[in-house]
Amino acid sequence: MSRLTTANVLLAREIISRYPRPKSALIPLLHLAQEQDGYVADDAMEHIAELIGVTAAEVLGTCSFYEMFKRHPVGRYMINICTNISCQLNGGEELLHHAEETLGIRSGGTTDDGMFTLEDVECIAACTEAPCLQVNYRYEYRLDNDDFDRMVDDLRAGNRADVPPHGTLARVRQNIDEDRLAGVERPELAGAPAWYSSRLPSDDGDGGGN
Amino acid sequence: MATNDYVSHAPGYVDNEGPKIVTSRFLHDDSHTLARSEATGGYSALRAVLQTPPPEAADLVKEAVLLGRGGAGFPAGIKWGFMPPVWPRYLVVNGDESEPGTYKDRLLMERDPHQLIEGCIIACYALGLNQCFLYVRGEMALAQERIAAALNEAYEASYVGKNIMGTDVSIDVVLHWGAGAYIVGEETALIESLEGNRGMPRLKPPFFPAAKGLYLKPTIVNNVETLANLPWIFANGTEAYKQYGSERSPGTRMLAVSGHVNRPGVYEVEQGVVTFRELFYGDNYCQGIRDGNELKMFIPGGGSAPWFFPEQLDLPMEAADVGAAGSMLGSGALVVMDETTDAVKACLRVVRFFARESCGKCTPCREGTTWEEQILQRILDGHGRPEDLDLLEDIGSQISPGDYPKAAHEEAGLTAVPFPPKQTTICPLGPSSVAPITSALRRFRHEFEAKIGSATPSPTESRAADETSIDVDEAAEEVSA
Amino acid sequence: MTATEGTEAVTGVPFTLNGTDLEANEGELLIDAAERNGVHIPRFCYHNRMKPVGMCRMCLVEVDTGRGPALQPSCMLPVTPEMKVETESEATKEAQDGVLEFLLANHPLDCPVCDKGGECPLQDNAYAFGPGESRFVEEKRHYEKPIPISDLVHLDRERCILCDRCTRFASEVAGDPLIHFIGRGSHTEVNTFPEHPFSSYFSGNTVQICPVGALTAAPYRFKARPWDLEAVESTATVDASGARILVQSTRNELVRIIGVDSDAVNWSWLSDKERFSYEATNSDLRVTEPEVRDEGLTFRTVRWNEAAKTAVTALSAPPERVAVLGGARLTLESQYAWSKLIKGVVGTDNVDAQMGDGLPAALSLGLPRATIDEVCRPGGVIVLMAPDPKEELPTLYLRLRHAIVEDGATLVEITPRDTSLSDLAAVRLRCTPGTVGQVLAAIADERLDDTVGGVDGFQLRRARTILTGAKPVSVVYGRPNLAESGRYVADAVGGMQRIAPDATYLPALRRGNVNGALEMGLTPGFLPGGSRDKASFEEAWPTVPDFDGKETDGILKAAAAGEIDTLVLLGADPVDDYPDAELARQALEAVRTIIAVDCFRTASSSLAHVLLPAAMFGEVDGTFCNLEGRLSPIRAKVTAPGLARPDWMIAADLAAAIGPDLGFDSLEQLRSEMASTIEGFPEIDWEGELALADGPLIRLGRNWDLEFGQAASAPAPSSSGLRLVVDRKLWDQGTMVQRSPSLAGLVQSAELRLSPTDVQLLNLGDAQWVTVEHGDESFDLPFTVDAGVAARTAWLPMGLPGFDVRQLLATGRSVTNIEVRAAEEGDTDG
Repeated sequence: MSRLTTANVLLAREIISRYPRPKSALIPLLHLAQEQDGYVADDAMEHIAELIGVTAAEVLGTCSFYEMFKRHPVGRYMINICTNISCQLNGGEELLHHAEETLGIRSGGTTDDGMFTLEDVECIAACTEAPCLQVNYRYEYRLDNDDFDRMVDDLRAGNRADVPPHGTLARVRQNIDEDRLAGVERPELAGAPAWYSSRLPSDDGDGGGN
Repeated sequence: MATNDYVSHAPGYVDNEGPKIVTSRFLHDDSHTLARSEATGGYSALRAVLQTPPPEAADLVKEAVLLGRGGAGFPAGIKWGFMPPVWPRYLVVNGDESEPGTYKDRLLMERDPHQLIEGCIIACYALGLNQCFLYVRGEMALAQERIAAALNEAYEASYVGKNIMGTDVSIDVVLHWGAGAYIVGEETALIESLEGNRGMPRLKPPFFPAAKGLYLKPTIVNNVETLANLPWIFANGTEAYKQYGSERSPGTRMLAVSGHVNRPGVYEVEQGVVTFRELFYGDNYCQGIRDGNELKMFIPGGGSAPWFFPEQLDLPMEAADVGAAGSMLGSGALVVMDETTDAVKACLRVVRFFARESCGKCTPCREGTTWEEQILQRILDGHGRPEDLDLLEDIGSQISPGDYPKAAHEEAGLTAVPFPPKQTTICPLGPSSVAPITSALRRFRHEFEAKIGSATPSPTESRAADETSIDVDEAAEEVSA
Repeated sequence: MTATEGTEAVTGVPFTLNGTDLEANEGELLIDAAERNGVHIPRFCYHNRMKPVGMCRMCLVEVDTGRGPALQPSCMLPVTPEMKVETESEATKEAQDGVLEFLLANHPLDCPVCDKGGECPLQDNAYAFGPGESRFVEEKRHYEKPIPISDLVHLDRERCILCDRCTRFASEVAGDPLIHFIGRGSHTEVNTFPEHPFSSYFSGNTVQICPVGALTAAPYRFKARPWDLEAVESTATVDASGARILVQSTRNELVRIIGVDSDAVNWSWLSDKERFSYEATNSDLRVTEPEVRDEGLTFRTVRWNEAAKTAVTALSAPPERVAVLGGARLTLESQYAWSKLIKGVVGTDNVDAQMGDGLPAALSLGLPRATIDEVCRPGGVIVLMAPDPKEELPTLYLRLRHAIVEDGATLVEITPRDTSLSDLAAVRLRCTPGTVGQVLAAIADERLDDTVGGVDGFQLRRARTILTGAKPVSVVYGRPNLAESGRYVADAVGGMQRIAPDATYLPALRRGNVNGALEMGLTPGFLPGGSRDKASFEEAWPTVPDFDGKETDGILKAAAAGEIDTLVLLGADPVDDYPDAELARQALEAVRTIIAVDCFRTASSSLAHVLLPAAMFGEVDGTFCNLEGRLSPIRAKVTAPGLARPDWMIAADLAAAIGPDLGFDSLEQLRSEMASTIEGFPEIDWEGELALADGPLIRLGRNWDLEFGQAASAPAPSSSGLRLVVDRKLWDQGTMVQRSPSLAGLVQSAELRLSPTDVQLLNLGDAQWVTVEHGDESFDLPFTVDAGVAARTAWLPMGLPGFDVRQLLATGRSVTNIEVRAAEEGDTDG
């Protein structure tokens, strides 16, 4: 869809500045693009490539490796049902089948109204609360079919303010005041911190950097 | 069923009896705030550490025998010692918890981010470095939010950043997050990912992170739980720490027990002393198998671990003993399967996980795991062939040559082969896919055969038939010659 | 070519390979040490010119370093003392069989219709090491077959085994990561970003190193099967790098060029121009018979005798009224023959192989010469005072890039605009056109506080610190800007000699065998071997002219003034190729007889009165002299069309008709005369031992004291004008590109590049076109913003369609100023 907005470019620059090398910011920037558009658009990838000084192919290479990045529009709510072993043992696959029937789509599909995309996913680290799922990466635990239906109804009715639209991951960002920042240096130029060298016992004082 | 021991704001966590080294604040619903942290001793260890020379702090960790909690169980202090005197160096915190069955890092990040941050700063101080990257799994939105908020508080309060607590010590902690790839939990893949690349593991050697890690500079990758132990250890001393757990494995670890138990949950358990039986059946822990069923098998250490059977129940959860018995404690994830479990289906499910998560770098893993999945799916769909079972074993041995680790089983005539397996791949992901196959196929071969169909010949007959056909071919050749 | 094979002393690390005690070199990878000792370990991802990744797992062998045998990838394992290696053991075989079975599982096995069939490592390894039969009964992965990833390269993802060779090459070697692994696990594929094709100048290398038939070259697809190919080793002649190649033909047609691994030069890599411009040899547009033009523009085919007679008559004009342009296309032998004909028989010194875009011959003949290896030595300092090497000398660019990225060389870039290496430079001196001599003088004189030529004191100091440090300095120098006088480069070299007296120099002249031409005396003031000793040639040559000849500028001016009767164009095309197009046209129109020796009808040879067909690359035997002064073979693989003949034979024919003859009528005789008349010149025998090595360097014992005067001061910049920077692109309207159908379409249209500062200053806003005013004329052309262009300058390459920048250039001008403003709608000029 689009390149990053001016506000997001500023945010992107701030994120980039926290890393010794710009490319390290790539995954956070892809999340930023996904937050902006709900998915990672080609234009956004090209824009990110410009911001971190790599080719668009390199951005795509990274982007396509990670399954959270969607390169095509998806539903407002991404429902990820775990079917890995612990959930399978407790009805995860049955829940998935129920979800497919309820939403009228297969895993990987999106409802016609653009509200829901359904996926069966690997372990999401809530194994004791099986079967579980995530809606836009917010957990729902120990669901039976009724719980699922209720959740879908609530989401449709707009009763779930706790679940942001797809793309928004963390609603709290790390902010570092410039004067609180210890400092970022390029790896080629950085040495041992001065505080470290000065705190070494004197007979061992040669360990301080190169 | 004593489900009332659940802590409502910490889903899955069970407040059982025993030492609380890393979960001490979990009972508070505001455990993630700086106020709660400070009120309960948070950052006091850091304050003291800053007064000691960094090498002494590093020595203390070695002395404590703090074992890595990520899966390999390597002593953190010794790992730290592998760093050459080269700067810059980095600390990378592995919060990319995604091993099937595992969740404890997520709770530690969500429930007590300040404990982790304090641990990070102590480690950075001891290692003499000033930049730490806290890599949180992409799917863990709440953990990211809690850590971001906690870092903002901690920067504000001078526990992180420039001139920590008024000293000249300056250390940044940068929250970084992933985007969905199990393999990134492997430390070299994590580093690749943090460099903005595809999370494909690097070969060790030469890329041992301690020497050539992030940006090819010395890098320590530590698990969340490992670092979360540091504040307690520094506040209470190594002697206190060693009072818990076994001699070889001091302290506690967090175990997630899931599957067919009455009280699944995440427990903080003393290391090396509790047996699997106590854990699954004990009142203080899981309180038995659901519906009074029989235990059929269990995974003792995450999806990558070869399966155990009732015969291994009395082993203590001690890494060396579990390794010798043919599996591993891994990431502290135990998946319990009762007698109703379909071994083929369970096997396929775990194999499918590895096939989906293979990064694609090494041929045997990329092609082998997918092939395994395809065969197992075919068997489950009723299209299995007798030769598929040997083929599965062969594919396994092409990913992981030699006798694959397995548990002893008297009835099946199996003797234990110790962990770890050999591998033709760079990282252990491919070989991990062989664990469920070897475990299920050796122990429950009849279940596979039943799915292939009663009409198909038994494996022995099938082999004999094969040999006959080869003889025929050879005979034909002889005739034509 | 494996130049160093067997010549390096084996030192160091004792190890055991299959029970035999051997020694490896320090740090040598096991896979290489085994190969050197005759044990080939199969591999797909490993390539000795790229960093190992250890991912195909085919090279697993059993290694025991004292902790028991374990399978290890031999491509990532340096041999350590007492290592015991089994490449034939059962465990090794099982591992290799397993990997092959996995690789073949999803492979389409379409060998009969695959270009790679017959020369495919996967096919070969499957026969040699494989299980023989597939147990894979599942459905194979399917992808759309083959997709073009650029104009030159097609990708068949079903055949791909994901070895990372092409992608590593693009990223590591070429620095053009336009292809990449996409997706994950068994769904991983190589691909480009949508709408961003793999338009790298080096794309053909990926086809060469692909271990399966996944990447195929569009020009070669379905042209031949490997077993039908004949091949000879030769040298690429499209630029001066001297890349070693294998030339392959079938049924007397060139079909493929493969890079040969020469340690000293190209490390097996080629630019796409070196790889694909063989198509020009096969062109239907070749001149195949002698032709003469009496009047009008129509040529008449004639017999050689008649053409020669006309030519001889014209060459018999008074020597000072005869001139020769060109010769850089010729082999060294032909260059000598033509040098002898023109200087030794006709008796004129009016000869120049450079086309006004080169450097004073005294510089390249006289400066202490560096080899590529010396320039690229680990930890050295490289000074780039040349055009963008990626555009003009791409194989050299790869070596420079490697030296900086991998071997810790420090780059000091002294150029008027950013080059493809700028991002890697430790310091960039972006000198305003006309000031580079003064900038270097300031550094030499330690005047390091004030800004000179747009370079501030901080940069001057940094440059001086690096250039006067302990690290050895090599200078790659050439003409980075055709819109400023070559004089400034000479001044800069003079300054450099004062700053770093021990520096050595590599001339970045781009034209094929131009360095050979200079060595053979196709330049005024010099005889073969860079000699100025007339006496030493008086015996072998009928006559020796005075050193009073003119360079190309002077020749064209004289011709335009009616002072030249006969002009020989030795493959030269001044009308299209000389920076001052107007002067070139005037000159050619004024000359009484033009004799063109050429392979094609060009803008200039179309004006010739006699057109003699020359054999070209792939059709001639001879010798190449690259920019280092390194000699290497040029070999014929196909026969020349029609009556086209090697240039030296044409020279010999003409000499015989003029009389006396040149004294040789075979290549052997010619070579032996060269060896006897040129001091220090080797006996050339490319069938003997010479051909096995990287090629001898000619170091002809020159060590002149070059005298450099005061650096000329550039004219003061005009208040409103921009200084023009003109150089070349790899894909241009030159003959070799245009006559190669696969390459001709790669040329991009001309557009003016302006710095962001000037775009703002000139209020160009959203404009896409600008009006350029120059003298009394004005032209409209498109422009783009380019941060690599220095403020107050404008960049526009020469030889591109859309706008001929030569309209803005004039011979003899020190710098070129233009005025730029936003084009008004309705402007129709230009």
